[in-house]
Amino acid sequence: MTSPAAQARTGTNGGSLAEGTGGRSAGRRPRAAGGRSRGRKLRVHAAQLAVFVVIFGGWQLFTSLKIVDPFFFGQPSGIVRTLVDWARHGTGFGSLWQQIWVTMEEAILGFLIGTAGGVLVGVLLGQVRFLSEVLSPYIKALNALPRIVLGALFVVVFGLGIESKVVLASFLVFFVVFFNAFQGVREVDGNLVNNARILGASRLQVVRNVVIPSAMTWIIASLHVAFGFAVIGAIVGEILGAQHGLGVVITNSQNNFETNGIFAGMIIITVIALVAEWLIGLLERRLLAWRPQTTTEASTL
Amino acid sequence: MRSNTPRDSQLAQSGRIELSGVTKRFQTPGGTSFTALRDVTMTVEPGEFCAVVGPSGCGKSTTLTMVAGLDRASEGTVSVGGEPVSGIGRGTSFMFQTDALLPWKTVLGNVAMGPLFRGVPKKNALADARDWLRMVGLAGFEDRHPHQLSGGMRKRVSLAAALINEPKILLMDEPFGALDVQTKAIMSNELLTLWDQSKPSVIFVTHDLEEAIALADKVVVMTAGPGTVKDVFAVDLPRPRGAVQEIRFGGGSPSCTTRSGSRCATR
Repeated sequence: MTSPAAQARTGTNGGSLAEGTGGRSAGRRPRAAGGRSRGRKLRVHAAQLAVFVVIFGGWQLFTSLKIVDPFFFGQPSGIVRTLVDWARHGTGFGSLWQQIWVTMEEAILGFLIGTAGGVLVGVLLGQVRFLSEVLSPYIKALNALPRIVLGALFVVVFGLGIESKVVLASFLVFFVVFFNAFQGVREVDGNLVNNARILGASRLQVVRNVVIPSAMTWIIASLHVAFGFAVIGAIVGEILGAQHGLGVVITNSQNNFETNGIFAGMIIITVIALVAEWLIGLLERRLLAWRPQTTTEASTL
Repeated sequence: MRSNTPRDSQLAQSGRIELSGVTKRFQTPGGTSFTALRDVTMTVEPGEFCAVVGPSGCGKSTTLTMVAGLDRASEGTVSVGGEPVSGIGRGTSFMFQTDALLPWKTVLGNVAMGPLFRGVPKKNALADARDWLRMVGLAGFEDRHPHQLSGGMRKRVSLAAALINEPKILLMDEPFGALDVQTKAIMSNELLTLWDQSKPSVIFVTHDLEEAIALADKVVVMTAGPGTVKDVFAVDLPRPRGAVQEIRFGGGSPSCTTRSGSRCATR
C-alpha cells in the first residue's frame, strides 16, 4: 500500500492541517532563544497583523467602494453583523450555541469512534498478516471511493438526526487513523519486539508494551488531520440533510443568497478547528512526553 | 514452563549450550538460498564465558538468534541444557548490538520489564529493578528516559535488564561495539564482576580479538562465506581477571608476555 505511507509521512511532520496554519509562522525558529529572537518574534507578529489588515481592510474597502460586489463576495462588517445577530437573536433553527453544539457533538463523537476503530483495526491488521492480506483489496477499494458520497447513503439509512453525521465523520476519521496505525505497527523496530519476547513477554504484552506505544507517534500525528475530517464529515452530513447544525445554517444562508452568512459559518468552523488542533497538540505533548524535543511539537504550537 | 524440573543434574546442566552440525540457509528475495552458517559445532559448558570472534557476515549473530530460539537451524541441532531449542527459552537473556530499550519507558520501567512480563508483582519487580540499577551504578537515574543517558549508561541499563531475569544463558551480540575504548574497558570489567556473581553461560560475539581474550574462557574463531568454526582456543588467564585494560595493554595476555610492549600483538 503506497498511499498510507505517503499520508503518514505528511502526518509525522505535524499533519497537513498544522502545515496549513503553520504558513503564518513559517519564519519562526522553534529553537531560537534570547532577546534577539524576541525582536524577531515581534516583527513577525507585526507582519502578521499587517497581512490581516491588508486582506480584511482591502476586502472592506473594495466592497464599500462597490469595486467588488458585496452581494457576491460579502463584506467583513456584514459578516461581523451577521455573527452578532446570530449570537443575540439566534439563527433560523434555534440559538447559535445549539447549532455549534450539534456540529461539535457530531464531529467529536465521529472523531472518537473513528479513532478507536482505526487504532483497533490498524493494530490488528498490522499484527495479523493473514488478515491484512485478505482484507487489503477491500480496504483499497473503500479508500479509493470518494467517501463523501457515502453521506448521501447514511442520511437515507440513519435519518436526519445526528446519527448519520456521526457515522459519516467516523468513517472519514477511521481511514486516516487506520492507515497510520497500520503503518506504525509495521514500522515497529524488530529488535524491540525480540527483546521483549526474550524477556518473557506474551504476544499481548508485546502489543501493549512495545507495538502500541511505538505506533503512537504515527497515530497521534494522524489525529491532527483526523479532526479536520471529522468536522468535514459533520458539516457535509448536515448540508446533505439535517435539522440543526452549522452546515444547515450555511446551506440556509446559501439558499437566501446571504454570502455574509456563509462566511460567518466558515469563521465559526475555523475557530472550532483551531481550538481542537490546540487540544490535540496538548494531548500529543502529554502522550509523547518521553520523546526528545522535536520539530513536530514546535510546529503545532 | 520448565519450573517443574527436578533439582538434579539436569538443573546443573541447563546452562549447557550445544550446537552440532548446524547449517543455516536464508532465502534471498531473488529466490536463491544463501548459506550463512555451515556445519557449525561448538559447546559452551555451564558457567563458561565463550567469546565468538570473526569478520562481519560470518554468522555470529545468526548463531545467537538460534540459541535464543528466535530462529531455527536449517540442519543440525541447537540444544540448551540437553534439550533441543524449540522457541524462546525462559532462562535466556539477550543483549543486542543496538539499544533495545523502550524509549517511552523510564530507566526503571525498562529494567522492571523482564520480571513484570513473567508475572512478578509490580512492587517486587520495581524493587528488584532498583537493586539492579544500583548494582550497575545507575542509582538516581531511575526516572530518566533512555535518550537522556549516554551510550555507556544505556548499556548499563541493558545489562541490568538482561541480568534481572537471572538467566542461565546470557547471549551478547557485540554489546559494547559502539562505545569508545575507555567506556568499553569499564563496561567489560563491570560485566565480568556481575557475571561472576551468578555465572551464567555466556556467548559473547565480538570482532575485537583483544576484548574476546580479556573476557572469555574460550574463544571460538569463525570465518565467513559461509560461516564455519575455524578454531577454538582456551584462554587460561586466572580469574578474577582484574582490570580488563591491563590485559589489553600487556598485563599478561598469553600472546604478549612482556610488560614493556605498548600494545598487545594479538592481531
